[in-house]
Amino acid sequence: MIIPKPVLYIGLLALTVAAPFLFPAYMTQLATLWLMIIVAMTWDMTGGQMGYNSLGNIFFYGTGMYVAAVITIGMVYDVREYTDAAGGGIFAFTEGQYFTGLVLGSIGAGLFCALCALAVGWLTFGLRGPYFAIGTLGVAIAAGELVSNWEWIGAGQGISMPNYPGEFDEFKLLIYFVFAGVGVLLFIFLNWLYTTRFRSAINAIRDDEDKAEAMGLRTLRYKLVSWSMAAFFVGVAGGVSAFQLIHFEPLETAYQTINLGIFMVVCVLLGGKGTLWGPIIGAVMFHVIKEVTWNYFLGWQWVALGAIIIVTVVYFQDGLLGWLRLKKPEWFGIRVTKKDEVVTGPAE
Amino acid sequence: MDQIIGNFQLLLDYPIVNLKIIIDGVMIGALFALAAYGLALVWGVMNVKNLAQGDFVIAGGYIAWWLAQHGVHPFIGVVAAFVVMWGIGWVAYKLVISRVIERDLFTSLLATFGLAIMMAQIMNLLFGSDTQSVQLDYATYHFADGLIDVPAAKLMGVIMAMSLAVGVIIFMKRSRMGQAIRATSQDRRAARVMGIDTERVYSFTFSLNSAICGAAGAIIVMAWVIQPFYGITYSVRAFVIVTAAGLGNLPGVIAAGFGIGALEQYGSHILGIGYQQAVAVLLLLLVLLVRLMQQRRQRQVLR
Repeated sequence: MIIPKPVLYIGLLALTVAAPFLFPAYMTQLATLWLMIIVAMTWDMTGGQMGYNSLGNIFFYGTGMYVAAVITIGMVYDVREYTDAAGGGIFAFTEGQYFTGLVLGSIGAGLFCALCALAVGWLTFGLRGPYFAIGTLGVAIAAGELVSNWEWIGAGQGISMPNYPGEFDEFKLLIYFVFAGVGVLLFIFLNWLYTTRFRSAINAIRDDEDKAEAMGLRTLRYKLVSWSMAAFFVGVAGGVSAFQLIHFEPLETAYQTINLGIFMVVCVLLGGKGTLWGPIIGAVMFHVIKEVTWNYFLGWQWVALGAIIIVTVVYFQDGLLGWLRLKKPEWFGIRVTKKDEVVTGPAE
Repeated sequence: MDQIIGNFQLLLDYPIVNLKIIIDGVMIGALFALAAYGLALVWGVMNVKNLAQGDFVIAGGYIAWWLAQHGVHPFIGVVAAFVVMWGIGWVAYKLVISRVIERDLFTSLLATFGLAIMMAQIMNLLFGSDTQSVQLDYATYHFADGLIDVPAAKLMGVIMAMSLAVGVIIFMKRSRMGQAIRATSQDRRAARVMGIDTERVYSFTFSLNSAICGAAGAIIVMAWVIQPFYGITYSVRAFVIVTAAGLGNLPGVIAAGFGIGALEQYGSHILGIGYQQAVAVLLLLLVLLVRLMQQRRQRQVLR
């Protein structure tokens, strides 16, 4: 395209930094937007690039929330006593404890989720196509149900996180920048990762796994590594979400299978799967649509969202980038010859 | 933990309790099998994995419940649910399903998931989020010093489910349309060449599936409870049964339905009622893993 890449990146970064100051009223919305971008990009790592459509990535989000909470609380108090008090009682956290909790909790959540992905993936990666989707959905639902029965971490009541030691506006700003930071890091990481042989390998798995294996690719290893990297970032995002929401409970917020769990898939489909920018564009589009429906169809917002999912999946599955690719192939470095023969060049 | 061991001990001390659990499980399992049969039908004929299956069941239940509120006898409600859900299934087919048949399986999965969310929310808005049930004043039979109680309503529900299943099976075996459906599931292209209107077969199959689910839901509301968001667990159970039994294996579907029902009752008895949904989903994972190991032995994968 016409804009040189460094200018584009610097411009977007400047926008990211300036956004909360330009639109202070929408700070929480912007933070949620970054969350959507993170989960959409990580979903695309397996769903778009590797052809493994997981409906259970929300499992890592919920698990991340709980791990971050347990680490933060466990460093200072006994978790059992804390959850028994159910938000009551006097459990003070100093500023230092809060921030160590935020940093260690989120990173610990990411690492734990990466390990979970290895374990779950080892069990479920023999499932292909729709079976994998149903199996991972099962993992997420089962985890939610089990956690909501686990007294030690508050069961169905959930956990209350410590309050931010300071102003509320400052807290919102902090959460925004943590989400944005994770998102930018993820983007840089994926931007690099998708230039390596790793991308070719996981794309080969998507295109024909049996042939890839016959070519000597250790497919299971690639699948596990790819999913655990995705799980790491989702886990970190979940950990930060735990701090953002302050109070959360298992079924509706942590393991929210039918909310965020399906939104991330729709984001990727809206933007165009298997691309670097698709999930980001899709997340922005979806978030805007979602907020509009939330405001103008109050009460019917869920029905409207279900309709959006169906319409996206049925009529617009290639997403914005897929559609653009069809209409303006030259933007993607694809040359179209006169005889309507498509010659593919190095795709962006 | 002590409670779990205690519950387990109870089963060993009073073997008759096992019988009660199995009877309960088989009765609800008959209805799971009905929904699973519909799923296997749609899966086999048009290769669509319908995640909205459970929501069709719940929708049928609400139709019967709503009619019962207005003084219609629940047995007529079952027929009404069958008819109305036939129409709803037809509309869903025309609007959504017909456009995803030719696409890859994840598309149909996701589209029906969207449908499931939509239906659950519409029911939530129309009927509220409380659990609902139709009270039938029939006797409850007691056996073995009152340890086993079998409400007549449940028994009638099972009988109705069985007669519906028999009706559908005879229809599939004998009628011209049933023949066309079976031919289409064997080979879509050959069926089309032979002059079968496969598009009509698809819309008929999906409507039939939806109607079966609706009737199952109407039976469930007579003796058990429904709630707008229970749909997904019924879908999961239908998937468990079909995955365990395989497609086109009717005795297997019925046996698996009874088995799932009984195992779920055992699970919720031993672990506590809070785990009932979890047990249903864990059974799905268990079945998937067992099937996976079977396939792995032959160096195959589940696809």
